[in-house]
Amino acid sequence: MTTHAWLLLGAYLVILLLVAKPLGIYIANVMEGRGFAMRLGGPIESVLYRLGGVKKDEEMGWLKYAFAILLFNLLGFLAVYALQRLQLWLPLNPQAMANVSPDSSFNTAISFVTNTNWQGYGGESTMSYLTQMLGLAVQNFLSAATGIVVVIALIRGFARHTAKTIGNAWVDLTRITLYVLLPISLVYAVFLVGQGVIQNFDAYKNVTTVEATRYDAPKLDAAGQPAKDDKGNAVTESVSLRTQSLPMGPVASQEAIKTLGTNGGGFFNANSAHPFENPTPLANFIQMLSIFLIPAALTLTFGRMVGDMRQGWAVLAAMTLLFVVMAVAAMSFEHQGNPLLASLGTDTSVGNMEGKETRFGIADSGLFATITTLASCGAVNSMHDSFMPLGGFVTLWNMMLGEVVFGGVGTGLYGMLVFAVMAVFIAGLMIGRTPEYLGKKIEAYEMKMVSIAILVTPLLVLAGTAIAVMVPAGVAGIANPGAHGFSEILYAFTSAANNNGSAFAGLSANTPFYNTLLGIAMWFGRFGVIVPVLALAGALAAKKRITASAGTMPTHGPLFVVLLIGTVVLVGALNYVPALALGPVVEHLMLGLAH
Amino acid sequence: MKTLFRPALTLFVLLSAVTGIVYPVAVTGIAKVLFPDAAEGSLIVVNGKPVGSRLIGQNFTDPKYFWGRPSATGPMPYNASASSGSNQGPLNPALKEAVKARIDALKSSDPSQTAPIPEDLVTASGSGLDPQISPAAARWQVPRVARIRGLNVAAVNTLIDAHTEGRQLGLLGEPRVNVLALNLALDRLAKP
Repeated sequence: MTTHAWLLLGAYLVILLLVAKPLGIYIANVMEGRGFAMRLGGPIESVLYRLGGVKKDEEMGWLKYAFAILLFNLLGFLAVYALQRLQLWLPLNPQAMANVSPDSSFNTAISFVTNTNWQGYGGESTMSYLTQMLGLAVQNFLSAATGIVVVIALIRGFARHTAKTIGNAWVDLTRITLYVLLPISLVYAVFLVGQGVIQNFDAYKNVTTVEATRYDAPKLDAAGQPAKDDKGNAVTESVSLRTQSLPMGPVASQEAIKTLGTNGGGFFNANSAHPFENPTPLANFIQMLSIFLIPAALTLTFGRMVGDMRQGWAVLAAMTLLFVVMAVAAMSFEHQGNPLLASLGTDTSVGNMEGKETRFGIADSGLFATITTLASCGAVNSMHDSFMPLGGFVTLWNMMLGEVVFGGVGTGLYGMLVFAVMAVFIAGLMIGRTPEYLGKKIEAYEMKMVSIAILVTPLLVLAGTAIAVMVPAGVAGIANPGAHGFSEILYAFTSAANNNGSAFAGLSANTPFYNTLLGIAMWFGRFGVIVPVLALAGALAAKKRITASAGTMPTHGPLFVVLLIGTVVLVGALNYVPALALGPVVEHLMLGLAH
Repeated sequence: MKTLFRPALTLFVLLSAVTGIVYPVAVTGIAKVLFPDAAEGSLIVVNGKPVGSRLIGQNFTDPKYFWGRPSATGPMPYNASASSGSNQGPLNPALKEAVKARIDALKSSDPSQTAPIPEDLVTASGSGLDPQISPAAARWQVPRVARIRGLNVAAVNTLIDAHTEGRQLGLLGEPRVNVLALNLALDRLAKP
């Protein structure tokens, strides 16, 4: 790794850790109904509650909370589906984008509701401005809010004792949206425009390019259909073109919440590699910060709400250590460059530049890739499909850790707390004591919920991959030959079930087969975890608090941090090593042979 | 659970209106006032006509111009309404073939240039619209452009220096040269 890359990583960590604590405490205040935001927005909140018939002081048990969340998200699914199916007849569609197909709409609706933002479509050639802003961007807010309120409910489960309720879902959703996500996005979006991100409702702009572009275009017959020759091959003709059609749209407003809410769905097909989405290295740096911002802050919200900041710092330390290892690995592997291209006589000393942008280079691309895959964000500023085998391995494995190293907003912390319960359980087994965490005894029911939450995703990933490699419709999507093709499918299901949304994008996934199967994986990868986590929250809240004794393992020291890291890595490794061996590991060995 | 329907529907509609209409319209309004040029796509206007965007690369194959990153968009390179990378894996034979073809094209454009070709000149960018190349990639092309335009090498190098941006804040990103801006400046300097 170069000195520059080390400095970049160092600067990133320092700034992240500096802003995490104040934001974490602010979020704790908001969720407990205190602070200046509440005084400022109180009147607006009251209007919303009056219209909705919400009694804000009436709390919910875990089951009711879960139903509220599911219902709210179901409405989101229906809205995004409908907007896509009807967009041709709705306003704000200057390019006259056609209505999206049923299977693609189904996939995209689930994708944005579950905070996955897997994209089988290319934004600038598929979605109207209305669909983008009122469908997709709204879900960027609301799915992020959903993730955060679920972890807040879980934290209340630890913080409360002998309680029947874990909060009011409506109040939680409203407050996190109005007081945290919206104000930060507003400032952030304006900053992005200052860096060059576009923000308008104009039609695409045609410009006359300096040089004409010659290319082979498919020839159309008299009926306007692609012409075929006698053998059935498409006929092409040489065409010269001197216009470039520049895409437009309300990009900055969507871009801000895309990374802040760890959503990751790009306005354009190339996502954060697109110069209109991510025009400068500074914009890129702020995007990287915004991805980890709320997940990092929430660990300290957790410390604050359970009344012991050290508990939050311990979780944050475990996340940070794992992140640094992964970031160094990804940047180093990409710095090494592709030996097969070096043998052709190019100067590959900068590293592997295929699929990367000049302004970001290797370090900013490798760091972004690590952050986006660890955080279940899925935005990309370089094409992971073209990473070196081991660079691609890192992005894959980051997701396979279960999106708990920072992870998605809310989802990362509740995933990590589930692992923390697992860690104290394992420690308890070793010394033959009933495990406890934060004064709560961990018993059979809690362990069942923890096991479901941990096992749902690997099951979806491995079963989905197995199905896809066995049927022709699955294999048909592969773009790259050999082991890399298997990696493309494995990556797709890992990304979907972990609600990440990035891709080895060569895979042609906009087909009924992949749209349906990946849609199912995203839905259950999200709500198949949320429901047991809320059940866990309810069970913990109902428990009595026990005072720490000499036999209690402290959960704020280095020993616990190491134990937590060990648990995360071990579960991630045990589930996926065989699959990884067939993909990136084989590919790396082949690279050695080919070279 | 019937009591959940009304709040769910009402809050969904109201929060959608706030985050899906009020918020983007507000950002658009503020952007139009503070950064009108950037909000509209950072267009470059020559003689009253837009010739491109500072942020979106264009396809250059004429030897009198500096060439940019190879672009994998379809059906033509630098198709701004269909951004895309090649998504070719590192061992994909198609990648090796594509790179070889690009090397051949560069070498035949200037047989006397024997220095190794910087990798960014022969690998496709992530977006297919990368507006920039590395300073090394620009320097590699200097002898060719200078010879065709009848300029001396020093003048062309000075032009590259003037169009080179360093790392932002000294730390972020990589040094880079905007190809479209450089070529427009070149046309102003000397018609071939």
